Amino acid sequence: MKEKGWKDIPIAGLIVEAGNAEQYETGSWRTFKPVRDVEKCTNCLNCWINCPDSSILVSEEKMVGFDYDHCKGCGICAEICPVKCIEMVKE
Amino acid sequence: MKDKLALTGNEAVAHAMRQINPDVVAAYPITPQTEIVMAFSQFVADGLVDTETIPVESEHSAMSACVGASASGARAMTATCSQGLALMWEIVYIASAMRLPIVMAVVNRALSAPINIHCDHSDSMGARDSGWIQIYCETGQEAYESVLLAMKIAEDENILLPVMVCLDGFITSHAVERIELLEDKVVKDWVGERKAKYSLLNVENPVTYGPLDLQDYYFEHKRQEAEAMRNAYSAIPKVVDRFKNLVGKRYDYLEEYKMEGAEFAVLALSSTCGTARATVDRLRANGVKAGMVKLRFLRPFPAREVVSALSKAKAVAILDRSDTFSNQGGPVFNEIRSAFYEERNKPFIVNYVYGLGGRDIIVEEIEKVYSDLRNILKQKKVETLVNYLGVRE
Repeated sequence: MKEKGWKDIPIAGLIVEAGNAEQYETGSWRTFKPVRDVEKCTNCLNCWINCPDSSILVSEEKMVGFDYDHCKGCGICAEICPVKCIEMVKE
Repeated sequence: MKDKLALTGNEAVAHAMRQINPDVVAAYPITPQTEIVMAFSQFVADGLVDTETIPVESEHSAMSACVGASASGARAMTATCSQGLALMWEIVYIASAMRLPIVMAVVNRALSAPINIHCDHSDSMGARDSGWIQIYCETGQEAYESVLLAMKIAEDENILLPVMVCLDGFITSHAVERIELLEDKVVKDWVGERKAKYSLLNVENPVTYGPLDLQDYYFEHKRQEAEAMRNAYSAIPKVVDRFKNLVGKRYDYLEEYKMEGAEFAVLALSSTCGTARATVDRLRANGVKAGMVKLRFLRPFPAREVVSALSKAKAVAILDRSDTFSNQGGPVFNEIRSAFYEERNKPFIVNYVYGLGGRDIIVEEIEKVYSDLRNILKQKKVETLVNYLGVRE
């Protein structure tokens, strides 16, 4: 994203649009990324409950993948997984 | 019909606040500002205002509460001085950086140590680089009117900066004057209702105040703040023009007194201007071409107006009621001397630090300043750049 000049930004450091943290891609902070073994996964969704960045993608009550644009690679999902189907792999 | 009342400077400020009827006042009492909080609290208790008063536990909290209220779109006011201003320091900068139009009366008092409750300008001068607009008042009448003016300056959409209205502790704050108040309705119409562009309480358009801002954008926001003060410099005269219709006088950046044909001039702030004016009259009666300049706004600093006014004289003394302890004289002197750098024909400019801790300044002392200026002009040189006036050797 091209950084704007002082004339083109809201005053006082205000964030004038709600929910725009989504536009900030924190995925680039990651050193290790979570990778799932689909065969082992039981869709218990413990990872979804515990992910601090809402980066577990779920569809129709099934875990379908990771939001790598926002996942910071903290590894909580891998730690919490009861069947150890998530592995942290170096980027 | 204007009301004429015998009021102290502090009571005059409290009446201005009553007529503005702000949404929130968060203040902590401190001598010599206490009477403002006292008188205003009485107005609240008597049901004369709709204000939510917050009796906070410190000045740090007072300014914090004002910041929160103002960010939520409310009109917020407070008052303090000296140690109180020192204690609210970190939030003072946050108020201006968040572009919150808070108006605060500062009843100028010396800073500790040694402990002292009387007037000098050390408190507000320290805050001169905090991004607030600063108005210095000569009298209680000016303090009353300046608060009304300050509210509109602060909320002007081209400015959006907080304003300190400074009056001299005890000298102005506790002296009783005959004060003319505008009608309540006139003030109500003058201030109108605040329409905040960004409000924390607006659920339709939620905003975030005060997020983290690092290497990528902090500098841009500070550049905006500098621009806000530049905008203030052009926008204030327009507010002053409109205010003239209410009070019949212009609250210009500065006021000249007998500067036409003046050879010697003194520049001062606040109540000392009255003493300097009396000195000018006495000297003029004796044929001395003396003049005086009263600086009303220190922020934005009206460099062009100051240079133009003082250039009329050949030798000028800047009176500072605080010191910078920099070996370079007082703060007002430094600004003015710097403003003259580009000028080819500049007067001799010297500095007098005076009146610290409430030490009186009298006509005879200011006469001595003019007599020093005559010697400087005669000898065509300045021997002592920074002088201490009225201190015992």
